[in-house]
Amino acid sequence: MTTPVIELRDVSRRYDDGPPALSDVSLTVHAGEAVAILGPSGSGKSTLLNLIAALDRPDTGTVTVDGVRVDGMGEAASARHRRAKIGMVFQFFNLLDDLTVADNVVLPAQLAGMARGEAGRRAAELLEALGVARHARAYPGRLSGGERQRVAVARALMNRPALLLADEPTGALDTASGEDVSALLTELNADGQTIVVVTHDLALAQSCTRRTIQLVDGRIAGDVVAEPTR
Amino acid sequence: MSALGRVVRSGVGRRRVQTVVIGLATTMAVTSSVLGGSLLVASTAPFDDAFAEQRGAHLSAQFDAGKATVEQVSGTATLSGVTDAAGPFPTASVTPDTSVGPENPPTLTVVGRTDPGGSVDAVTLTEGTWVDGPTEIVLSADGPLSKTPTGSAVGTRLTFPDLPGAPTLTVVGLARSVSRTADGWVAPSWITSPEGYQMLYRFSAADTAEQVDAGRAAVTAAVPEGALNGSQSWLVLKKTADRSIAVFVPFLIAFGVLGLFMSLLVVGNVVAGAVGAGTRRIGILKALGFTPAQVVRAYMGQALIPAAVGTALGVVAGNLLAIPMLAETEEVYGAVTLTVAPWVDVVVILGALAMVSVTAWVSALRAGRLRTVDAIAVGRTPRPGRGQWAARLTARLPLPRPISLGLARPFARPARAVAMTAAVLFGATAVTFAVGLAASLNQVQIARNHDSADVTVGSMGPGMMGPGGPSRRPAADPAAISAVIDAQPGTRAHYSTATTRMTVPGVADFTKVVAFDGDATWDGYQMTSGRWFDKPGEAVAPTTFLTATGTKIGDTVTLKDADRTYTVKIVGDVFEMSNDGMVLFTDARTVTITDSEPQRAGHFIALQPGTDVTAYTNTLDTALKPLGVNAEPGGKNQASETLILINSLTATLTLMLVAVAAMGVLNAVVLDTRERVRDLGVHKALGMTPRQTIAMVIASVVVIGAVGGAVGVPVGVALHDVVLPAMGDSAGIGLPASVFTVHNPTGLVLLGIGGLLIAVLGALLPATWAARTRTATALRTE
Ligand SMILES: Nc1ncnc2c1ncn2[C@@H]1O[C@H](COP(=O)(O)OP(=O)(O)O)[C@@H](O)[C@H]1O
Ligand SMILES: [Mg+2]
Repeated sequence: MTTPVIELRDVSRRYDDGPPALSDVSLTVHAGEAVAILGPSGSGKSTLLNLIAALDRPDTGTVTVDGVRVDGMGEAASARHRRAKIGMVFQFFNLLDDLTVADNVVLPAQLAGMARGEAGRRAAELLEALGVARHARAYPGRLSGGERQRVAVARALMNRPALLLADEPTGALDTASGEDVSALLTELNADGQTIVVVTHDLALAQSCTRRTIQLVDGRIAGDVVAEPTR
Repeated sequence: MSALGRVVRSGVGRRRVQTVVIGLATTMAVTSSVLGGSLLVASTAPFDDAFAEQRGAHLSAQFDAGKATVEQVSGTATLSGVTDAAGPFPTASVTPDTSVGPENPPTLTVVGRTDPGGSVDAVTLTEGTWVDGPTEIVLSADGPLSKTPTGSAVGTRLTFPDLPGAPTLTVVGLARSVSRTADGWVAPSWITSPEGYQMLYRFSAADTAEQVDAGRAAVTAAVPEGALNGSQSWLVLKKTADRSIAVFVPFLIAFGVLGLFMSLLVVGNVVAGAVGAGTRRIGILKALGFTPAQVVRAYMGQALIPAAVGTALGVVAGNLLAIPMLAETEEVYGAVTLTVAPWVDVVVILGALAMVSVTAWVSALRAGRLRTVDAIAVGRTPRPGRGQWAARLTARLPLPRPISLGLARPFARPARAVAMTAAVLFGATAVTFAVGLAASLNQVQIARNHDSADVTVGSMGPGMMGPGGPSRRPAADPAAISAVIDAQPGTRAHYSTATTRMTVPGVADFTKVVAFDGDATWDGYQMTSGRWFDKPGEAVAPTTFLTATGTKIGDTVTLKDADRTYTVKIVGDVFEMSNDGMVLFTDARTVTITDSEPQRAGHFIALQPGTDVTAYTNTLDTALKPLGVNAEPGGKNQASETLILINSLTATLTLMLVAVAAMGVLNAVVLDTRERVRDLGVHKALGMTPRQTIAMVIASVVVIGAVGGAVGVPVGVALHDVVLPAMGDSAGIGLPASVFTVHNPTGLVLLGIGGLLIAVLGALLPATWAARTRTATALRTE
């Protein structure tokens, strides 16, 4: 089998003196997989995603992403790691309101120091591919929720990340837009993009992924790979 | 109300930076206001009190006994406009010979008066009794003879060898006249042949120089031509009395005003910022039933608590700092004014709190008016971004993206950016002003010391005449000494001076006359206006002398010593501070200073470049030994206490202003960072490194710092150009051009960069906070 893109070993994380948000989680995700993480609110889904993105550090255990240990990384190293390997999509889009759609999309490339022209071309391509090219010079505030999430996906893909992480990407969208985003993720995965999507929406999980991981109170309660249905 | 109190307290506790900034800004403003105000009061109060109590003379006039009769002089008492007059009192100039007391006794102006009291110039006896008969004298308590090495002069005897019969007088008392009408008082019968008559007038109107001049003109017209040969306005005396501390007032006022603007700016900015950042909180408070007035009060409280603490600290600091400065006035009148006038404290406290309240109220009004629904709804809809043009523009700059993002930032919050710019501007103004002031005072020091001489012989320089007097007096012929100096290899230039004391009719204080032999212009003497004298009969004098004697450049002045009268033409206003500015410089051939007269002399030598000073001094010293004088390396004078005090005060106040400016920036950047915590999180999630984050935050203040510096520096220069002459004016001295031209382009550019530094300094801390923010936490908001 291919090398794992994500490898968690006995990861625990606990905030202040609350109950552990994650306890002894071990998980392996291979390149090209699409994984849905399901679970009720507060079960530790976002915490898990943040640890994979090196936005947060586990108290114990190891996190390896694309062959690199990220659990002990410093801030600067993890930022560089993130912009090279990971694209993130959030529930509330997290677009920067004072930058245009195009400027939002090129930002990761600019932070990584990509040449201006090249970055511009790639952004235009992505916006085109995701069907929001006509909004390139608009500000995010003008766009519908579905359009904003497409822009967010474009931005996440800007640096051709090995891994796309999405935290409740349809949580703030109406059903139609939600389905639209879910189709987009399915398409990306079909093109080989490794995806981990957090959701509490079973329908979304089933429509775009084959493997679902159930989190309950910070522990993995189930890891199911569905039989190919088609 | 207790609920309101809790809201306020938790607000203050949670905004530590704002609280400290408000406190510091108020402390700074109050300290300088208390200092400036109390010095302003103290500089005039003792003189005014004493003048009122003694019914001081608005004009003291000296008439030539040869040109006017007693009757003509006493007739002036009834002129219209004269409300009261005393005199005529007979006057004489006499030179005592003392066995004790100063080595070189001065010529005294003595006045014959039977009674110290009267309706004008009621002289205060500070010790002993008034004269009772022709064997007694009362000396001025401020004069050089009033103290002997062993204590008071009362009981000592003065002999007057120049007078017929060489009479001797016993000092029976010391007295002080605010109007400075005499160096000594004797029985009128003692002055057998008066040189002149003294008349003391009070006018119905004498508040301005014009009014006093009008009175003087009326008196002049009432007596024969030339009979009035000297007069002194009380306004001149008042100015002299104020001098020692009045010099502080203009720059303290400058700092007071800067501090005030700064603290109002900070208070306004902080409160407005707190209201802006707390919109949600306000909505919740209102939803819970707070009235708009209560909400406004809650926010005012957040500003008023630290402002009250700052005011208290400022009052304490101002009072403590005032003590060393007020101590200087105390010497003048012996009055006990060592504390700040209480009403100054009260006025400053009330004024500061009132202004802070009004500013806070205006800034908090918005919170009261905010509609509850809007307040709670904030954050749901993305704000319509301001300054998007700037974001587009900077995005095109060939700069790393974090920097261009930062550069666009101020335009998104223009009001806040303007306030930050103003804070930096004030800081840069203060620094520029302070640096200029220090440089100017250094120039004053150079001009005052004129101690460029590499080697001196026999005496200290004319600028260094202290009350103690010199320890040596060259007995040798100055020409012989000059010849030795000329013969010495390595001599580039030299001149000599001889110093004596003379009087100008009508002026109570004696004048120090310095006679120069040789070109002295290389030795740091600086002209305020006019030129240095270049032939016998010409003289230069400082502004103080010109004011006291009522002369200007081009006029002639009469000088008297014990037995001769000289008339010199004033050709220049020279900067000179010795003898309180009662100094006249002239050519040695103008006046005759014989060996028998009180004098001091010195030779001042400039060496050729590369000459070893020590070797030169030693050789010269040996060569001069037979003449009984010594050569010494030119000494550097110490800075005057006043200048040291001004410099340290300036440094302290500037540091406070800069700290407040930097903290103003800090506060604004903190607010900005807090508001943008989500955006910062997004940046990080997209891979912004801590260093890139710091660069972005710092870049957000670069434009502000640059603009603040670029505007603040010229403002500081302008302030310097206004305050410095005002300080000179308060001190009654004219300042030479070298004192004003202290700024150079390189220095100004560096100061402008200083503005940038203030801004960067203020942004540094929040920048590192921003870089350290836990991204996961930041993104969790909402
Ligand atoms: N930054 C934080 N500080 C304190 N507690 C947190 C923080 N983030 C998450 N938690 C807590 O950890 C648990 C898991 O949270 P999270 O991972 O956000 O759950 P989910 O995304 O599944 O809803 C919750 O109980 C939550 O309150
Ligand atoms: Mg979550």
